[in-house]
Amino acid sequence: MDILVCVTRVPDTAENEIEVSKDGTDIERGALVYSINEADNYAVEEAIQIKERVGGSVTVVTVGTEESEEVLRREMAMGADKGILLTDDAFAGTDGRGIATILKAEVEKGKYDLILTGALADAGAGEVGGMLAAMLDRPYASLVNSIEIVDESTLKVGREVEGGNTEMNRIKLPCVLSIQTGINEPRYVGIRGIRQVASVQIPVHGAGDLGLKAEAIAPRVQRQDYFVPTFGAGAEMLEGSNEEIIEKLVEMLKAKGGLK
Amino acid sequence: MNSILTSPAAATFLGIPGPVLFTLITVVGMAAFTYILVRRFAPLLRAQPDPRFSDLPQRLWKLLKFGFLQWRQPRYMFPGVLHILLFAGFLVLSVRSISLVVVGIVDGFVLPGLGGSAGVVYSVLKDIAATVVLAVAAIAMVRRGIFKPKRYEVPARYGKDHTWEAVLVLGLIIGLVTFDMLFEGSEAVSQMRAGNDVGHLLPATGPWLVAYLLGAASPGVLQAVHLGGYLLHELTFFAFLCLLPFGKHFHVITSLPNVFLGKLRKGTIKPVRWDVKEEELDNLKSLGVKTFEDFTWKQMLDFYSCVDCGRCSDNCPANAAGRPLSPRFISIKSREYAFKRYPIFGAVGPAGEPLIGNALHEDEIWSCTTCGACEEECPVLIEYIDKIVDLRRGMVDEGMVPQSLQKPLSALEKRGNPWGKMEKKRADWCKEAEVPVAVLDGGGSAETLYFVDSITSYDDRMQKIGQATARLLTDAGIEFGILGAAERDSGHEVLRFGEQTLYQSLKEQNTEAIQATGAKRIVTADPHAFNALKNDYQGLPPVEHISQTILRGVREGRIAFNPVEDQSKVYTYHDPCYLGRHNELYEEPRQVLESIPGLRQAEMERCRDRSFCCGGGGLMLFFEPEEEQRMGVLRVKMAQEAGANVIVTACPFCLVNIEDAIKVAGLEGEMEAIDLTELADRQVKRQVTAIDNCVNQ
Repeated sequence: MDILVCVTRVPDTAENEIEVSKDGTDIERGALVYSINEADNYAVEEAIQIKERVGGSVTVVTVGTEESEEVLRREMAMGADKGILLTDDAFAGTDGRGIATILKAEVEKGKYDLILTGALADAGAGEVGGMLAAMLDRPYASLVNSIEIVDESTLKVGREVEGGNTEMNRIKLPCVLSIQTGINEPRYVGIRGIRQVASVQIPVHGAGDLGLKAEAIAPRVQRQDYFVPTFGAGAEMLEGSNEEIIEKLVEMLKAKGGLK
Repeated sequence: MNSILTSPAAATFLGIPGPVLFTLITVVGMAAFTYILVRRFAPLLRAQPDPRFSDLPQRLWKLLKFGFLQWRQPRYMFPGVLHILLFAGFLVLSVRSISLVVVGIVDGFVLPGLGGSAGVVYSVLKDIAATVVLAVAAIAMVRRGIFKPKRYEVPARYGKDHTWEAVLVLGLIIGLVTFDMLFEGSEAVSQMRAGNDVGHLLPATGPWLVAYLLGAASPGVLQAVHLGGYLLHELTFFAFLCLLPFGKHFHVITSLPNVFLGKLRKGTIKPVRWDVKEEELDNLKSLGVKTFEDFTWKQMLDFYSCVDCGRCSDNCPANAAGRPLSPRFISIKSREYAFKRYPIFGAVGPAGEPLIGNALHEDEIWSCTTCGACEEECPVLIEYIDKIVDLRRGMVDEGMVPQSLQKPLSALEKRGNPWGKMEKKRADWCKEAEVPVAVLDGGGSAETLYFVDSITSYDDRMQKIGQATARLLTDAGIEFGILGAAERDSGHEVLRFGEQTLYQSLKEQNTEAIQATGAKRIVTADPHAFNALKNDYQGLPPVEHISQTILRGVREGRIAFNPVEDQSKVYTYHDPCYLGRHNELYEEPRQVLESIPGLRQAEMERCRDRSFCCGGGGLMLFFEPEEEQRMGVLRVKMAQEAGANVIVTACPFCLVNIEDAIKVAGLEGEMEAIDLTELADRQVKRQVTAIDNCVNQ
């Protein structure tokens, strides 16, 4: 099975202190460290595991800047066969639809049975996978947390639904899936692995190579402002005996969906 | 004295002349034994190199101390003494066994040098030895077969019980000495009847007893016992010899060489490959131990030398806490795998077969805290930590790293600390140090460098150790600086968790930063950093632990302590693994405690080189092991048993683990933990002059 995984480079939330920039339209990026978007990493691991089971190839693709090459190399160190970097000055500042448009153009240059994306990236929109599927006119399942290969043209996929429940679906190939974190246990990649793929050529495609015109990728949604919400009234103190407190707490957790 | 009974070499057995029969037995026995050994050592020839022939005097001393003097045996007194007696008996009887083999072929053979009075002395000696061996083997057999000490049990997940193996070999030993006694006793009776003096037959020895029992036997019976005893002795001897390389009794052959070839430098980790330089590791296709042949020959010899005595596992904190690790079975399972992979007859197992999943398990290898309790205990100096690290290197290279460790490793790569905190905040702790701290931040120099390391730099609670250290250094009149933002995690656990490349990168960054300061010496309050800088890194100035610095301050009169106010407190010192066992600093921290007036001290049963690991430092804090209880909880209970209510540690990781364990054990209010630096800081006599702020250079 030939699989394409769409990945992206994001600021690592675990290793940064995120602050909104002065003009409010972005975060302070000066001292940030970046890494592969977490859900994308699960998607790549899933693709590699499928390849290990049934053969085929795994290609990772990203829309970004030259610096995005590092996440492609990381995923290649993990076991992806090929990386493709889609970069062009014209891509800067595009929105989710723009990214889906760019990816669609790249997808059409190759032949992929399965396209995976992470469920969500740093912008939190979770829109690229669905838009890409629609543009390609392929079946789509989101928030996938299990993939089983039924036969050459069919997959059985589990989706995470409300309350931690799972919904099972059959889906025809070729298709697009957005992958939820936790679907597998991604393998570790260290500096050594990345160094070992350091000399592998990564094709770079720009707007011209993809036959894209600037207006096709111009953002239709424009970011206006970021702000840190003001702190609320504070904590609610539960009172009563231990048993009463526990009972109230359990009720609240249930009400908010923390407990089933 | 001529023999009266027909000697084996003069007799015929079922028509076969003695010399022919015994030559045959010897040739077949030796050929089989040689063949078995050749097969057993086949994997060692395919193994990785391991230079073990340097520092000959040191090695000979090891051989004498741990080999011939059986230094570690009395750590388990009763079985230890049994083993010393058995070992001494074997040494004496080995000469007898050789001469006995020849006696059946060359009539009346006497080993050169044992002809005259020396022979008589030896004869008495070997009769005593044989009797002792007989008694000890019988006691050991009863102990192993009937009393079955718990230490020898084989939990189901590690295979089947090994008692039969021990009992069988003990039986063979009993057979060996008994048959010789029959051989010799029957001749002695005949000599006595002929009126000859058999003065060397010492009363209460085996041959004497046999002579006594056979006193009334007919000459025919004596002759039969004499020849039968000899024949059975020879058969048992070669059976015993050929059986040795099939199990734990291989140690009879391999343990003395293993001790001679033992590791010389404590606290260090072996390089990935002895034949590849650190900077050339990137050229290797594969890193670490993945298949059996990735082990070095010495690591394989370790497996062969394991006596299955279980002392390692008896002391292993991971085993005690119910983690899926028992060091004994690392050796036993690997040996069984080696035997299966390299059978006595037939082809070698498939190439490239991974050890993980076939002989060993991932969880087993990640469970080790590298505390070194197993190595400290092993009578034959088997090395476990290097193997664990080599196996982890292999797993890291294959991407098989537990999810709980991936985040801290990635943070170490990006930010130089496992929490992913900002580099610029590394020196924030010194804002509350109350004394000036020179933060070098990649510029400036310092005579003395205080290497803080990550946990003390970033953890709110452990920052207090840094602050106490800074004040104590000031008290001791030492001007010092810290690296600040230029400091990276020492990588002590990064190395020990098998992430070699990341460790090398951290080491390079730290080495460069330290050398740039021109420091003449380094001080640290973190034993893991201490061990890393002292034993893992190269080309650094001398490193000392803060306990050494404080003690020197006390001796030079710069540091003095106020008496302890609360006399109801009983303090017990917990030896951190990387201060104690790995660097043998047992006395300094204790002497600091002793120099505090009125401080009541109690020792835990497991202290000094038998200290019990608190749960492990560095990356071990992030690992989520499968375990029944926390090591720290076990340790806190040990302190309670010792009658203590304050546990003094000298390591930030010990403090984290023990403070957590006190909470988990529900002993808050009854038990507390304090770092040596905090205690010294609390008790030190000083005039109050509060200066705050870090001084940037």
